[in-house]
This record gives sequence, structure tokens and C-alpha cells, in this order.
Amino acid sequence: MIRFLIKGILRDPNRSVLPVLVISIGVFLSVLFSAWFSGVFSDMIRLNANFSTGHLKVMTRAYAENAEQMPNDLALLETGSLVADLQRQFPQLDWTQRIRFGGLLDVADAEGNTRAQGMAAGYAVDLFSPGSREAERMNIMPAIVEGRLPAQPGEALISDDFARRFKVGLGDTVTLFGSTMDGGMSFANFAVAGTVRFGMPVLDRGAIIVDITDAQSALDMQDAAGEVLGFFKSDQYEEAAALEVKTAFNARFQNDDDEFAPLMQRLNDQNGLEEYLVLSKSMSGIMIFVFIFAMSIVLWNTGLLGGLRRYNEFGIRLAMGEEKKRLFRSLIIESVVIGLAGSVLGTALGLSAAYYLQETGLDFGSAVQGGSMMMPTVFRAHIGAQTFYIGFIPGLFSMVLGNALSGLGIYRRKTAELFKELSV
Amino acid sequence: METIIQIHQLSKRFPVGNGEFTALNEVNLTFDKGEFTGLVGPSGSGKTTLLNIIGSLDAPSSGEVTVLGQSIAHLTHAQSAQLRNRHLGFIFQTYNLFPVYTVFENVEFALLLQHLPAAERRKAVMEALEWVGLTDKAQSRPAQLSGGESQRVAIARAMVKKPAIVLADEPTANLDSKNSHHILQTMLRLNQELQTTFLFATHDEKVMSYLRRIISLEDGRVVKDERIAAHSFIKSNS
Ligand SMILES: Nc1ncnc2c1ncn2[C@@H]1O[C@H](COP(=O)(O)OP(=O)(O)OP(=O)(O)O)[C@@H](O)[C@H]1O
Ligand SMILES: [Mg+2]
Repeated sequence: MIRFLIKGILRDPNRSVLPVLVISIGVFLSVLFSAWFSGVFSDMIRLNANFSTGHLKVMTRAYAENAEQMPNDLALLETGSLVADLQRQFPQLDWTQRIRFGGLLDVADAEGNTRAQGMAAGYAVDLFSPGSREAERMNIMPAIVEGRLPAQPGEALISDDFARRFKVGLGDTVTLFGSTMDGGMSFANFAVAGTVRFGMPVLDRGAIIVDITDAQSALDMQDAAGEVLGFFKSDQYEEAAALEVKTAFNARFQNDDDEFAPLMQRLNDQNGLEEYLVLSKSMSGIMIFVFIFAMSIVLWNTGLLGGLRRYNEFGIRLAMGEEKKRLFRSLIIESVVIGLAGSVLGTALGLSAAYYLQETGLDFGSAVQGGSMMMPTVFRAHIGAQTFYIGFIPGLFSMVLGNALSGLGIYRRKTAELFKELSV
Repeated sequence: METIIQIHQLSKRFPVGNGEFTALNEVNLTFDKGEFTGLVGPSGSGKTTLLNIIGSLDAPSSGEVTVLGQSIAHLTHAQSAQLRNRHLGFIFQTYNLFPVYTVFENVEFALLLQHLPAAERRKAVMEALEWVGLTDKAQSRPAQLSGGESQRVAIARAMVKKPAIVLADEPTANLDSKNSHHILQTMLRLNQELQTTFLFATHDEKVMSYLRRIISLEDGRVVKDERIAAHSFIKSNS
């Protein structure tokens, strides 16, 4: 019987071409969108985690309230022992100190007079400790345009844009003017070890990256840091596990009303990422629902048209003693076959397009203005296991639903009318 | 003779407007195995309605109709489908072949419903096509056939499962004289070779000339029921 049905489908373009076309378009879009959103969301979340929020972050309560302003006068103290504590208590995460600071970067001429000045966004991370993964997290090596990683204290990386704008070369000295933890003036010289470009406007405008110990001495922050970040060793953000760690940690300071008491926040709690996480989780579902809905309506109608065209065929089959149930079932089987064919075709097309968007990406350039949120300028799709099967859900479901709805007419058909209906 | 259809006090009423229209009125008939019988009468006399009920496509309003020992009024949908599938063949005024399937596949369909194995199906289909003289058209599509050939395929489709009864409503209405005679001779031969009971509803004089029994209906009543001895005419033609 299946063979018989498949022959019918193959020979009757009305039965196959239009539905397969509709399905493969819908499936193509589902697959492409799902890969695209999965890529964009996961890139954004990864970037934010690596550059800004960590999977978990410890700050003082006061710092957390104004975290946007990087208020280092409210920084955590005795961070050495805090990090050691955290490593012990939550060994599933990697804990590391960071200082973010603002300041003025000054470039001197041969006589030592100011040649150029610009605002700098400073990142002090652990570059020198053996086993530190900070350089890898911040993707520094691939971002280096010229030069190399700082290899010793007193060296820095600066943004390539900045270096070009002010004609700073490798080995040149730049002076960072900032404020110490107690609000005093600070300045420190750094030798430019390399220049970097991350492809993220927030960083590329004027970043300076130095080792954490250099920043601690320059800013008078011995054994202090603005933030302690935790990253799961799996590199994957685990929402529920992060919540457990956060709850356990914060419980210890529940009854402490010191505004300098440490406070732990999850990635969700920072930079407005909660909405993005919710959105990223519901996006596939929403899209699939929309496609199922839209395609079902179209396929319902093509099914109704098909039912009209095949009115005599169904009549004969009923007269010949095929049960309505069985006739209906054979329509469903046809729709599964067509749904599968359309899904395979649509998935193949969607995967090809997604692969292109994964490898090449789309450059949104200056259109991306993320504020404090980290956003790349080039967005990419991400092909995962889901990309391969997600299209089959709307593809099959809408075809079967559409055909089932239109096929219900079979049950209303009166056998008593068959002789009359089949005589014209 | 073995009785295969028994009709006792059959009435069929259709609701029309506020009242009812009586399409069949206290009909009493019996049919034996191997009959070649026609229902004749003016338009609206109830011929199709009677075929519908015998074919278990419709139910009686009152009275008793027994086909092959089964009471039509008491069959479930599944049981009446089963009765049609196994024991009844239908031939319509228009041929109603499945356009995307070959002649072979059109005839084979009835056997697919019976879950017969492929080899048996093939044998039965080729035999049925031989009965109607269309073995050479097995792989043709309906669109490539003439009207007469199409109706012969429809006969093969009805006959392939060797049903006890074939019901045909105006089978010659769309055919010219030559093709009408051809398919009537085919059916008469099958009637004689396989002892299949044929029951026609017809206006066609050509059909009547082949019939062995003519039942005349008028306003839903049987007004005449005559049996005719074998025609010399047919013998000379077959
Ligand atoms: N479903 C129905 N509802 C109402 N009246 C019906 C219905 N089916 C048939 N009738 C009526 O019953 C009568 C008999 O109809 P039937 O179709 O059996 O006639 P017929 O003898 O086959 O006529 P024809 O030679 O024109 O085919 C007609 O008057 C018809 O209008
Ligand atoms: Mg009629």
C-alpha cells in the first residue's frame, strides 16, 4: 500500500510539488533562523561572560550597584585569600581577579612632551600566572594585530585603532593617568608589546590590557581587585549550577550589612543578559510555532484543493469497500512521506545557508552599538545537533496537521451519494 | 437456485422539506445466484436508490434486505465496507479510474485492500485484464484509453476480486452503440463463466436486449417482473 501511495505522490505533481515546495521553504527558514539565533545568542553570551560578567562574579555590594562606572574605590580587599577560598569551596569553577579601570593614555614625543592623549578603557587580567586561561578567554592571541603578548611587568597591549590614531609603535612608552583606590592621582608607564583588535566596538575604541599585578601597583590596589570572576571549567555556562553557587556564597553574608561585603552575581544578573537567555531559549520554540501555524494553514488549503481534485478517487475507494478510517490513514501516510521529503530538502538547503553564515558571518559593522553589552560586529550562525533535526518538527507537523484537517471531510462523506456523485 | 439477495417489504423514505418523499415503496424481490437482471423505469422511479441499498451504501427505512446472508440494516460501517470489499463490485456510468495509476494498478487496487500477496495480485489482475481483452494495455494510463476501453478496465476492476454480485448503474450511458454491445457481451460472458450475479439500472434499450430478467419500477414500486428465455441474438454474437 505504501508503495502504491508513493507512486501516486511521485506521478502527481499536484500532490507533491506544491506541498514539498511549501514545506521546504518553511523548513529552510526554520533551520536557518534557528542556526542563526543560536549562533548570535551563544556568541553574545560567551563574549559577555569572557570579557565582562564571568559565569559568576564577586564584587562588593557598593561596587555592584555602580558596576558600570568601574568604581575601584569600592573594590574588594584581600582578594588573594578570597580567590583561594573560592577555589576551595567551588572547585568546579576557575576563579580569577580582574580590574577594570578608566584613564587617560598619554603618548610623549622625543622630548618627553605630550604628543597625543586619549581615553582608555583598561582591562587588568591575570596574564602571567602559570596556568591562567585569561588570555585565551579574552581571545587575545588571535586579536593581536602587531607584536606579542606582554611577557613581563610593565608591558601592555593597546587597541590597534588607538595605536594608529596616535601613531604609537611597538616598544613605545605610553603613560596611563588614572586614579588610585583612595582617589589620588596615579600614573604609570607601559611599554607597548602589541596592538589588538577584537572586532567589538566597546573594546576597539581604546582598550589597554595589562597584567593584574601591574594594575594593582599602578592604581595602589595591593591585594585588591574590582571583580573576582568565576568560570565553569567546562567553559559552558550552567545556569542552575551557577544559581546554587551564588546562593551558597551569598548566604554566608546574609546578616552582614557592610556595603563592602562581597556579593556574588550570575551572568543572568548582569548587563541585562537575563532577557537574552530567556529569549534564546524560547526563540526556537516561538519560531517553530509560527512556522507550524503558517505552514499548516497553507497546507490545509492545498489539502482541501487536493481533496476536491481527488473527490472521485476517494468516492471510488469508499465504494470499493475501503474504510473511511483507512482512507484517512492513507492520506496521513502520504502527508508523512511528503513532509519528510520537504523536510529533508529544506534542511539540506537550510544547512548550506547556515554553514555559509557560520563560516563567513554577517558584518553589521557600525550598526552595532552595544552600550555595556559586549557585541561582535560580525554575527555568525552556529550549526549544532539541533540544526539537523529542528526543521523536521515544523515540516512534518504542519503537513500532517494540514492534511488531517482537510482529510476530515472524508468522514462527512455519505456513501449513499456515491452512485450519484460518480455518475457525472 | 441459490438465493443471494432477499428483499422484503423494503421502503426508503427521504426527508424533504417538512415531510418525506417515498423513493421505494414496499418492494419485495429475490435474486438468485447468476442472474443477469436489469432495473428499468422512468427517471426518479427508484432504480439507483435500490442499487444503493443492495450495495450497502445506504440503509433501508423499513423492511428487510439480506445480501449474502447479511442484513443490510444491521451492518456497522466497517461491516458494510467489508461486504463491499469482499463480495460486491461496482460499475459506474463514468469510469472513474484513478488517473495517476496504470491500468494494471487501477485493477490491482481492489486486491491491495484485501492484503493479497504481490504474486497473487499480479496473476489475478492479468487474468481480469484478459477477461476484458486489455492485457496489452496493462501499462497504459487512463488518459490514453478510449471510453469503451476505460469502461472495460472498470469492469476488470470490479471483477478482479471475483465478487458474488456486480452492481452497475447506467454502465453504457456514456458509450456508443458498438462499445455498449462490446462491454455487455463481456459482462454476459463473465456472468456465464463465473456465475457472477449482475444487476443493472438502465434506460438503455441495448442493455435490455441482453437481460434475462427485467424488473420495472414506477414511483418506487415494482410494477412488472418478467423473465426472458436465453436470446438467440446473444448466442450469435458470443
Ligand atoms: N438523498 C435524497 N434525498 C431526497 N430525495 C432523494 C434522494 N435520493 C433520491 N431521491 C429521490 O428519490 C427518487 C428516486 O431516485 P433515484 O435516483 O433512485 O431514481 P432513478 O430511478 O435512479 O432515476 P434516474 O433514471 O434519473 O437515475 C427521486 O425522485 C429522487 O429525487
Ligand atoms: Mg439513477
